[in-house]
Amino acid sequence: MRIFDPHIHMTSRTTDDYAAMYASGVRAVVEPAFWLGQPRTSPASFLDYFDALLGWEPFRAAQYGIAHHCAIALNPKEANDPRCTPVLDELPRYLDKDSVVAVGEIGYDAMTPAEDTALAAQLQLAADHGLPALVHTPHRDKLAGLHRTLDVVRESALPVERTLLDHLNETTVAAAADSGCWLGFSVYPDTKMDPDRVVAVLRTFGTERTLVNSAADWGRSDPLKTREVADAMLAAGFTDDDVDRVLWRNPVAFYGLSGRLRLDVPAPDALHEGNSVLRGGE
Amino acid sequence: MLTPPPSRTRADLAARLPDDQARAWFAEALADASRAATAPQGPPAADPATASEAPPAPAPGHPVWQSRFVTAGRHCGPDAADDVRTLLLIEARADTETLTRLYREGSAPERRAVLLALPFLVDGPGATPLVDDALRTHDTRLVSAAVGPYAAEHLPPHAWRHAVLKCLFTGVPPAAVADLARRAAGDAELARMLTALAAERTAAGREVPRDLRHALTLTGVPNEEP
Repeated sequence: MRIFDPHIHMTSRTTDDYAAMYASGVRAVVEPAFWLGQPRTSPASFLDYFDALLGWEPFRAAQYGIAHHCAIALNPKEANDPRCTPVLDELPRYLDKDSVVAVGEIGYDAMTPAEDTALAAQLQLAADHGLPALVHTPHRDKLAGLHRTLDVVRESALPVERTLLDHLNETTVAAAADSGCWLGFSVYPDTKMDPDRVVAVLRTFGTERTLVNSAADWGRSDPLKTREVADAMLAAGFTDDDVDRVLWRNPVAFYGLSGRLRLDVPAPDALHEGNSVLRGGE
Repeated sequence: MLTPPPSRTRADLAARLPDDQARAWFAEALADASRAATAPQGPPAADPATASEAPPAPAPGHPVWQSRFVTAGRHCGPDAADDVRTLLLIEARADTETLTRLYREGSAPERRAVLLALPFLVDGPGATPLVDDALRTHDTRLVSAAVGPYAAEHLPPHAWRHAVLKCLFTGVPPAAVADLARRAAGDAELARMLTALAAERTAAGREVPRDLRHALTLTGVPNEEP
């Protein structure tokens, strides 16, 4: 079984997680830029974080046989802090990078005017740079947030076919599905969705445009939830092909819209002896 | 400073690219870089009549070839990207200021290409801060690129010895260290450091790497077998 986790914050995870993910079938991840738990106070700390997503983290992932790409953005929460918003001016040079496959995660947190501005500006950046966008739906007042998100997406230059609405649940999936956007479900131990609820949603809304992620980060979360969903799908009668579609082909299709996805990472044993090192060291 | 690779290398590299589209992109990128070298004062505009695919708009004030440098991986494939980027830097005759900015604003593969280009482009020690930066990382792609001929020529003894140790720590093969035999010869301090590292490994019940014994032999300094 091959698994692509389309939303996971590996910066917050250990190498044990990478090893366990590989053993569970995870071969590719996308790490969207997000809030680090502790508020940032300047654009400079964003830039160091973005550089880590383009340097150290893909290196770590490759050592465990996992292809790592990222999405770059100013997250909704920190879009409200005027000390942070100048980072928007730095985004264009990051959005040209080879391993950046989307703008994200963008969207709403508290649905403020500052978040309106950042969301609209970054949807435009996605359109300008030939990238799809990963749009997070808010944790509070979710359905109203989804509708407001859809309004902004529809007014933007980015087509709905290049937009992934994430953190959906039973209350928001119908409107999201009607919009034509891709549908993302985050599976957490306690909150967001669980594997059986995802299976129920898949029965109703189908596998065609659905992606499942662990959204694992520094909070209570589990990077192996994608595998649990795959197992729950099989137990519920979905086929191997259905599982492959939701957990591999759909994320490949969505992030492949960037034209920058590279999934040919050597197996960890080949790399451990310095495969990529030797290539340049000779 | 080393002589840039002969034009034959370009033909070899073009032959290694995945398809004709990549070869066309590579030829245009080299032409962009070459124009920047001959007219360094102004950023040249891409010629829309000859461009098979328009490159992304360069950052304000930066020439088109620098956008090509950033996006080389997706146009030429990751295996050829090192060589393509390095050749673009050489063709554009990038100066130390440009190399420093491209390194600082670069992804890890872009930084690696800057490091690989240093011996062809920089005469004095002005770019050693980039080498120092790369040697502070634990990213072996950067460490191995940092210990090339430029480091052999310009790193002072203390930094160079730590670079050799860093390679042994991170699994970068000694073959990546340019001029290892020449610089190690007679280096009693390097021999002491290697012997101490071997003793630490032995004390921990861990194997002494064969690469370490090899480096110690190259010092030629008489020592007890670690």
